[in-house]
Amino acid sequence: MHIVVCIKQVPDSAQIRVHPVTNTIMRQGVPTIINPYDLFALEAALELRDQFGGEVTVLTMGPPSAEDSLRKALTFGADRAVLLTDRFFAGADTLATTYALATAICKISTEFGAADVVFTGKQTIDGDTAQVGPGIAKRLGLSQLTYVAKISALDLTARTIDAERRSEGGVQILRTRLPCLVTMLEATNQIRRGAMADALRAARAPIVKWSAQEAGVEDISKCGLRGSPTIVKRVFAPAARSEKAVMIEAAEQPAEALIDAIFKRQPTLETELATLARGY
Amino acid sequence: MSTAPKTATSASGRAATKKELPEHFKAYRHVWVFIEQERGQVHPVSWELMGAGRKLADKLKVDLAAVVIGPEGEATQNAAAESFCYGADLVYMVADRLLADYRNESYTKALTDVVNAYKPEILLLGATTLGRDLAGSVATTLLTGLTADCTELDVDVDGSLAATRPTFGGSLLCTIYTLNYRPQMATVRPRVMPMPERTVRPVGRIVSHPLGLVEDDIVTKVLSFMPDRESAKSNLAYADVVVAGGLGLGSPENFQLVRQLATVLGAEYGCSRPLVQKGWVTSDRQIGQTGKTIRPKLYIAAGISGAIQHRVGVEGADLIVAINTDRNAPIFEFAHMGIITDAIRLLPALTAAFRARLSPHSRDRIAS
Ligand SMILES: Cc1cc2nc3c(=O)[nH]c(=O)nc-3n(C[C@H](O)[C@H](O)[C@H](O)COP(=O)(O)OP(=O)(O)OC[C@H]3O[C@@H](n4cnc5c(N)ncnc54)[C@H](O)[C@@H]3O)c2cc1C
Repeated sequence: MHIVVCIKQVPDSAQIRVHPVTNTIMRQGVPTIINPYDLFALEAALELRDQFGGEVTVLTMGPPSAEDSLRKALTFGADRAVLLTDRFFAGADTLATTYALATAICKISTEFGAADVVFTGKQTIDGDTAQVGPGIAKRLGLSQLTYVAKISALDLTARTIDAERRSEGGVQILRTRLPCLVTMLEATNQIRRGAMADALRAARAPIVKWSAQEAGVEDISKCGLRGSPTIVKRVFAPAARSEKAVMIEAAEQPAEALIDAIFKRQPTLETELATLARGY
Repeated sequence: MSTAPKTATSASGRAATKKELPEHFKAYRHVWVFIEQERGQVHPVSWELMGAGRKLADKLKVDLAAVVIGPEGEATQNAAAESFCYGADLVYMVADRLLADYRNESYTKALTDVVNAYKPEILLLGATTLGRDLAGSVATTLLTGLTADCTELDVDVDGSLAATRPTFGGSLLCTIYTLNYRPQMATVRPRVMPMPERTVRPVGRIVSHPLGLVEDDIVTKVLSFMPDRESAKSNLAYADVVVAGGLGLGSPENFQLVRQLATVLGAEYGCSRPLVQKGWVTSDRQIGQTGKTIRPKLYIAAGISGAIQHRVGVEGADLIVAINTDRNAPIFEFAHMGIITDAIRLLPALTAAFRARLSPHSRDRIAS
């Protein structure tokens, strides 16, 4: 069985600061990490490999420095890493990203064996769109299972996969055909600490690097900024609230003082709360 | 690349990117909202989007249409009827028993087909698990732009959709256009847009469209569905009052203080992300960028620092009250009211004081 896991190297957004004067992102010194959700996808892939045998290939599109994330994935136990890197990919929105990744997955399938399952995280923490998974599936004509909490069964003979998919009102248990694309939810599995042997291997492992042309991209105008229908027009800081918080100072009976202040500011709340509280 | 500015374009500098809309897109008109229903229930985000869609349509002087996709029968008919009450000028409907459960393939086909047949200029969907699954597939099939998780939708002077969304975890906002492709697609999370007023209106024009699939065409099968237990379900996103706790509470035992205050107020309780990661609280209670967006009348945050990822989830609240020991905590930059004190001591006192204030006895006092 061959599994491809798409990962993305992202800035650790918890550590990003906005420059107070210029309103630009201060990226300097901000560490990069593997998008946390992708680690759940990687773990799910490794568990399937442990159970059914085969290989796991990790794939990323990004600048040459994204190699760090691929090495990290190798230390967790991935068998092979592919870096799709080319200046033509820069500025890609989700549509252009899925074109490049889908093309690379085709090439991976011919070079290293047809992919049975393609995994992604449910979304990235920098883009947050959750669209890349469905986009790849559509481009490759794969069936898709998004927001998966658990792969419950896989049958390589019948070529079927069962999964628990989170929906708004509950959990759908779905069965679909392989090959298939799966996006994984968080916290469904604990990412393993790679074995010592994997760490040693990862340090020396060759990383497959493809330019757009090497990956088999036929139409460069579908990549990067040029291939992106969406255009970022304006980036700006959220408006600061002009009024400062009213601070309640009360040495004695702070609870009463706070409640008084709340009801003074929003008088209708008192009757509304009384109604709500009646249910209790 | 030559970027000589064209004349007579707006000051926003779009001359560099805006080309004449390709001929085959010129027929695209009107604003559409996808009405999400799952198991007979319309997701409220659909009505919130109808409110936003109505404003866009009025500004563009075009129609607002709802797209209702579901099984034949009462629930789907009701969803269509409700769409008129929330401002639809007409409804496009795909009703087929194969659409009883949400499945990507059948819903993608249904929505893509109606788009190709009736050509909307703007298509809005809820950023729910269903909406995001569907929107990504439809946009890729149509090879058009899709802006996810918008917090603001507007049309600019020349009629383009200006979709604003948070970026870099909410630290910045960006406004995104889809200039040369149609439809212009966007998703919006539940509770980001206000719920519009419902008005009783007669059912208007419904345009039916066939699904054109048989079961064998759909490779994905629904083996079963486990609905969330009613008791476990949180109504966080739609609660009028929310009490939440953060790491400042120090222990899962202290988090009970948040629950107790919530109970007395008839409120829902929530938390910041680290509490979910520590396993103190279940993930459906997380508020913020990667959790729920809330719009309560009153939000009480105890021991929460107010990181940007938390802030984006609570900004729609009418009144934000922060309890924190640190007077420099970022939460005081967006709270309306703050109290610098130990939440572990204040919460029980607050619970007792609210209980006394809201008791039937004191309610009589309010009435008189
Ligand atoms: C990609 C990404 C997504 C994220 N998504 C979310 C999200 O959706 N929601 C979310 O909440 N966070 C999210 N976060 C995390 C966020 O950045 C913050 O780390 C988090 O909100 C902090 O939680 P906290 O305020 O509870 O804890 P802390 O930041 O540790 O703050 C604790 C606060 O409690 C105060 N305190 C301490 N003791 C007391 C006391 N006795 N009484 C009163 N106050 C006290 C302290 O002064 C401090 O301000 C996300 C982060 C990332 C990277």
